[in-house]
Order: sequence, then structure tokens, then C-alpha cells
Amino acid sequence: MSKIGVFVCHCGENISATVDCEKVAEEASKITGVEVSVDYKYMCSDPGQTMIKEAIKEKGLTGVVVAACSPRMHEPTFRKACAEAGLNPYMCEMTNLREHCSWVHEKGDQTTEKAIDLVRMLVEKTKLNKPLNSIKVPIHKKALVIGGGIAGIQSSLDIANAGHQVILIEKDPSIGGHMSQLSETFPTLDCSQCILTPRMVEVAQHPNITLYTYAELEKLEGFIGNFKATIRLKAKSVDPKLCTGCGVCYSKCPTKKIPSEFNEGLGLRTAIYTPFPQAVPNKPIIDKTNCTYYTKGKCKVCQKVCPTGAIDFDRPDEFITEDIGAVVTATGFNVLKPDFFPEYGYGKFKDVITGLQFERLASASGPTLGAIRRPSDGTEPKKIVFIACAGSRDPAKGLPYCSKICCMYTAKHAMLYQHKVHDGESYVFYMDIRAAGKNYEEFVRRAIEDDGVNYIRGRVARVYEKDGKLIVKGVDTLLGGKPVEIEADMVVLASAGVANHGAEELAQKMHISYDPYKFFAEAHPKLKPVETNTAGIFLCGACQAPKDIPETVGMASGAAAKVIGLFSNNELTREPIVAVVNRIASHEASTCVGCFLCETACPYQAIYREEIKNRAGEIIKTVAQVNPGLCQGCGTCVSFCRSKSIDIQGFSNEQMYAEVMAVLEA
Amino acid sequence: MEIGFYPGCSLKGTSSEYAQSTLALAKAFDINLKEITDWNCCGATAAHNLNHELAMALPARVLALAEKDGMTEIVVPCAACYNRLTVTQHELNQDEELKDKVSRILQMPLSGNLQILNVMQFIDKYIADKIEEKVVKPFDHKVVCYYGCLLVRPQNILKFDRLEDPQSMDTLMKKIGADSMDWGYKTECCGAGFSVSRTDIVAKLSGKIVKDASDRGAEAIIVACPMCQSNLDMRRPQINSYLQMNIQTPVMYITQAIGLAVGLTKEEVGLKKLFVAPTFA
Repeated sequence: MSKIGVFVCHCGENISATVDCEKVAEEASKITGVEVSVDYKYMCSDPGQTMIKEAIKEKGLTGVVVAACSPRMHEPTFRKACAEAGLNPYMCEMTNLREHCSWVHEKGDQTTEKAIDLVRMLVEKTKLNKPLNSIKVPIHKKALVIGGGIAGIQSSLDIANAGHQVILIEKDPSIGGHMSQLSETFPTLDCSQCILTPRMVEVAQHPNITLYTYAELEKLEGFIGNFKATIRLKAKSVDPKLCTGCGVCYSKCPTKKIPSEFNEGLGLRTAIYTPFPQAVPNKPIIDKTNCTYYTKGKCKVCQKVCPTGAIDFDRPDEFITEDIGAVVTATGFNVLKPDFFPEYGYGKFKDVITGLQFERLASASGPTLGAIRRPSDGTEPKKIVFIACAGSRDPAKGLPYCSKICCMYTAKHAMLYQHKVHDGESYVFYMDIRAAGKNYEEFVRRAIEDDGVNYIRGRVARVYEKDGKLIVKGVDTLLGGKPVEIEADMVVLASAGVANHGAEELAQKMHISYDPYKFFAEAHPKLKPVETNTAGIFLCGACQAPKDIPETVGMASGAAAKVIGLFSNNELTREPIVAVVNRIASHEASTCVGCFLCETACPYQAIYREEIKNRAGEIIKTVAQVNPGLCQGCGTCVSFCRSKSIDIQGFSNEQMYAEVMAVLEA
Repeated sequence: MEIGFYPGCSLKGTSSEYAQSTLALAKAFDINLKEITDWNCCGATAAHNLNHELAMALPARVLALAEKDGMTEIVVPCAACYNRLTVTQHELNQDEELKDKVSRILQMPLSGNLQILNVMQFIDKYIADKIEEKVVKPFDHKVVCYYGCLLVRPQNILKFDRLEDPQSMDTLMKKIGADSMDWGYKTECCGAGFSVSRTDIVAKLSGKIVKDASDRGAEAIIVACPMCQSNLDMRRPQINSYLQMNIQTPVMYITQAIGLAVGLTKEEVGLKKLFVAPTFA
């Protein structure tokens, strides 16, 4: 005979404001088999949990029903409490009186009646619960890091330094990401390359890190601790083992007029190229879409001049598979492209550029070697306008969010400009200044007070060209909305940070979720910022939202810590809520007829075929079996099984039936 | 072919040349524009400032009358009328309750399926493909296209090409051989309804538009809104006195420019009615 304990939680006022919790407890006590039924203000608190433990011990409870919040929130808490009192944790169930009742209904008798029904259903189910034991699966202690920007670099180094193997893949020919494109970094104005390139080298030379550049994730299968990743190594057309990086090939390449991605289109590159002189690995690749040999079948100049014979035009894309235990996603962000700003003339007027392009102009490694020059005619701009929030915080444009980094880099740009062009005038149009970080506010004040940058609070309506000048029309809202017109030589847009091209496809490949702007979604905005909803896949950096370098690096180390934590165990403990074929009958008496509809239906490839042999070793029949490591407990197989041979542990047909009958009979 | 036609007050009065050139252009392409029977005021700027229901009911009556006439498509050349009619139809289609109410006020059924076309959409749909072969006298002039505000806003309802940098008028002008130049005042405000009460504001706002056009060497400003036209054209003395310059850039309707290019005479397109006379044609 079952002895069930019912524990009704008020959740402060979350439940008790609309549900009469006392009445729920009182009604529950009348259900057959309920030994004890109480209500309490905070069931999850220490006194609340103690109340449950005491009741289990004193009354010898065989099952516990906690009527409180979502099991997503506190199921582990209460199961742990039950286990401590000596009850099998899977004899404890939660019914959700908060999200399923008090939060969605008005106060009233009907709401309380519904709460009672919910409790009654779970009591009937719990009576049929059976003790379950958790499942152990082994862990492959190797991590895959996707993206070789500062986030991926930091995360890889942290994991590798903890003694674990890391595979780092980067889609571009070199690692370094957007940070390698920056000139100086706020708020210290130290050179980006000087702090980044040593890290890049460290990654490439680390004995625990395998670096694949020009590589993309093709497929990801499996589950936490046991992923199988298929990686596409895009053909570089240059054999990295033979290539010495001497550079003769690109100095002779006749196709010289391709806009350089690294220089954001402000400089040119050849068809065989390394993205920038400090690239890691510092070996060229051939860009097939622009190479004359690939497009027209003629040329091969690079092959002729290469002293080591490293050029190989016929090399195909290669695929490798790796067994890994965890994935860190660090794919970064991008900035908005031309067509988004017809009113600012970006893409129409050469001297309207993005912030990232300005970084290249200001950078010592950039196309002008650090001199600020107009892209149109190469002259030094004497009046420059920076437009903050270009696209950001603009619901009309579909981007209501703040891109977060622009206030700071705009202040930095204006400052760098004033340091390089002493007689120049700079203006920043801003909505408000968001400089919330260590030494950030001081940095912006420095730009305004020490370097004399003119800050104008207001949006720019339009930029147009007249007599070689860019006319910037905006308002000064601090002067009561007075219209302002500035004749500028150059305009720099702090364009919104947006999700990387292809982010959506990558998320789908990994089965992780993303927000409406295609940034990857964290599992919990406050308490699980580096986890995704898919166990074993972690996030860091600007693939989650626009972020500055300190925050990115902090998050990258956070993700690495999670991976290292996971790898500190040899086995992974998983919940036993999985599908099981015929767990009572012996194999010979299995009711499974071997139709394998379940195998077709299973989205996780968790069903395999097991051959049943007699004593003589002859195969009698082939039946379905479930790999408990792969099974996610979704129940699809159960609904497909014709002979009712599969059940989800803890959710058997009998248990579900008991729940339904409980609500019907009430 | 026959399509409905809603002239509104301006095309019957101050901007009769817009009506004249639109009808003549349609005729040149074998399209008959049939005026909606017993049409009334669209509510213009006044109604929606006073009473939301009235602002819905006035244009809704026009729509209902067009439906009653068996029309499925109507051409509305005036940008303000076009804006009111389209916004009304959109709002009523979003709110079935309001639609029923308005329908009861009008004592006429209202399906809300009418296609409402401004002049550019009309030309794009029925004329654009045939323009090039019909051009007999290419409009070989430097022009700037002025869209104003009512054709392009609100973007989510009117969905007029690119909100901040519209292109459709420029594309049509290029088809008749004009050099349509990029400039800075495509969608700036002309002063709109202040035309009567505060001519000083109109002189200032329209003055900037006219000056930029003239600075860039435009031979004409092309418009598709009677209010823009009158502010830029009729208020030229005030504009010139504000600018302290004598700018003589004419302001033409797009239908006049295309009409001339396909061989209509200046009388047929009502060129004489412009205050600032075009030197060409």
C-alpha cells in the first residue's frame, strides 16, 4: 500500500495569491494512499526540504508529490532531498501549480479546483512509480572549439592548459577574428595586434591543440560526452607541409584587384593570398572564386614560381571525423552591410565608412599604414562625423537592441583621429552614452574633455554629398531639437553588430537555439550564461550578442571552465528517464516483433538492433534495443510501437492512464 | 481597358493639370480612367486630427463607392488622398469590428479588397513596359525626383520601395531618357499644410529643396504630389525672397514629363498652368 506525502508550496505569493494552498493540502489529504499533506510558504528552502525529509523518515513514505513550481526549476532539489532521506529519488514527482495554474488563471474557486486536480493526477501516477537508477556513460575528453577569434583562442588555451585535447576550427584562412583587425583597444589604447598575435602563435604551437583553419563544421551527432563531429577541411590548393610561407606566389599572382576582407575592402589582395602578414598559419591559400586558373582554366603562375612545389590545384575538400566530449561555440559577429543605410549613403559615397573600416585606416598594419585618409581621394579629412547607433536601437529597422560596443569604439575612433590629425575637427552624434565598464566612463570623458571631440546628442537623419563634402543633417536634442548641419570630409558609421552570416545553419546543425536576431541563445540569461540548452555545447563571445574584448575573454574562460569541469569526471551521470524495451520479460519472451518502426521514428538514432541467440548460438530473432546514452526520453518510439513493447521509464502507459483517470473521476 | 479614378479636391481645382496629364497619359496607352461616382473628400489632413471615426468613414465611403461601381482597382494621383485611402483600408482590414461599424455608418458594404494605386504604381503596372518603344521625344534633361513624405510613409503600410532613398520615380525618369540625379532632399518636408497659414515656414523648407536642386544644375524638379508641387512652384516668389536668389527651376508632375516624352503636346499635359514656366518643350 502506497504512503504518499503531498507538499504544497506557496512560492511566496506566486501560488498562494491565486490558489488556496491550504485547501489544496486539505483536499489532497483525503485521497486514498496519501499519508501526509501539508502546505508551506517556501518548500524549496531549508526548512521546507527538512519538512519533506522528516516526513519520509517518520511516516515511512513510499512516494512524494511536491506541488510547486516548474520541475525545470526545482525537480533536482526535491529529488536530492528525498534521496538524502533514503527514498529513491525517482519516487518523487513535481506538479506545476505555478506556470500551469496560478500564473495563468485569476484568483477563484476554479483555480483552486484545478490545483487540486493537478495534485490528484500526480498522486495517482506516483503510486505506480518504480525506483530507478541513474545511467553512467563514458566521456571523450576532447573538446571542439568552433571559431578562432579571441573567444575561441582563449577558450582553447584554457582547456588545453588544463591538460585536455582541443580541436580548434576556423572558417577563414587565419585565426585572429575581428580583434586582429582592430587598431588600438579601449580603454587602454594598447595595440590589438600586440596583445593578440602572441596568443595566436601560442594556439598554433600548443601540443594539446590541433588547429584547422579554412575548416567548417559539417555535421555534429551524439550527445554530451560522446559527440561525433564531421569537419570539412576546405581545399586550400597549397600543401601546408611543403609550403614555407616565402610569399613568391602572391607577389607574382596576376589577379591583384580583389578587395581584401581583412582590410574591409579598403585594400586589395591577390587570388593566392595570406589575409595579413601576421596571419597564423602564415601560409597562403587560393581563393577559387577569383583565381584565373579556376575560373578560366589558364595561368598557374604561382605553381611555376613556387620553389617547393607546394601548389596543388586538384586537391579536393577533405572530411575528418572526431570523437569529442564537448563543444565551445565562438563564432563571433559581423557588422551591418551597405544596403541597410540608404539615408546615410553607405555604399553610395566612398567616404562614408563603417567603424570596422575606420579601424583598418587607423591601424599600423592597414592599407594606409595608420594614416587617416579618405578612401575617395586619399586626402586627410579635416572634419569627420561619427554616427553612433547606426542601425542599433532602432525598432523601425528591425534591430531594437543596443550593440553595446559602439559607444566605446566611437570614442576611441574620435580620440585616435584627434591624436593623428591635430587640426582636425571631430563630431559624434549619439543617442546616449553607454560606457558601463571599468575605466570606460573615464575614457569617454577623456575624448570629450582632453581631446576636444564634439559630442552632439541626436540622431542623424540623412547624409548626402554636395561639392565634394558630405552634408550630415541631424538634430541637437540638448538644444531643444535644433537642426544641425555639418559639412564633413568623412563619415564613420558605428554600424550595428549583427549575427554572423550562416549562424542560423550552424545552430541548426548543432541543435542549439537562437534568438530572433540569430544570435545564439544561452540556457539561462543570468545563471547559465555560457551554456546552451543542449548539454555539452557551450557559448562564448559575440556569437551570443555583441560584446567587447574583456567580456568576451571572461566568457571564453567561463565556457572553458565548464568543459574542464565536465572532463574532470570519467563518467557522466544521466537521468534514467529513457526508453526501455521489455524490461520485465526475458529476451526470449520479448514482445518486440522487430518491425523497427521505432528505429525509423527515433530522432536521436538511439535504437539499435539486437540479435537474440539460443544456447547453440543460433539467431532466434532480432529485437529493438535502446542506447540509454543517446536516448533523450522524447517518447516518439513509444507512440510508434505496435506491440506496446517500449516504455519510457517513469512515464509508462499505466502511469499516464492513472493520471487521466484521476482527473476524470474527480 | 478601364480602371477607377479618384481625383480628390486638388485635381479638380488647383492641380487640374495633374488630372489632365494623368488622363491624357492613360489615354495615350489605351487606358480609360473612370471617375468614381459621387466621390467625396478623403478627409485630407483635417479629419484625422479631429476624429478617428470620421477620418476612417470619409475615405471608406470612397472605397465603398468604387466597389459599388464594380471597380477592382483605382488610381489615386494625389499623394495625400493615396495615403488616406490606403491607410484607411489597411486599418479597417486589421480590425473587423471597426470595419463593420464603418460599414454601418456608410450603409454600404465594404470588402476591403480594392487595389489602390498611386500614379507611380499605376505607371509601373500598366505603362512602364511599353514606355521605351513609345518615346518619340526623349526627355533629355537633368532632373531631380522629389518624393516628399506622403508617398513613402508610413513604410509598414505603404511599402513604397526604399523608405529613405526611394528609387521608383528615378527609374521611370531614366526610361524616358532623363538624367535623374542623386541629391539630398528626396524625402525632405516641403512645409505641407502650412502652405496657407505659415508661408514663411514653407518658404524656408521648400527653399532648401529648390536650392539644392538648382545648385546641382537640375533643369526640372519632378513630383507626384499636388501639395509638394504647389509649395515648390506657386510659393516661388516667397521662396526666392527667402533665399534672396532668383531660382527658375520648374516643378513638373511625373505625368507631364512622361506625357511630353511620348508625344503629347504641352497643351495636352497642361504645362501652361505651372507658375514657373519650363523653358523647354
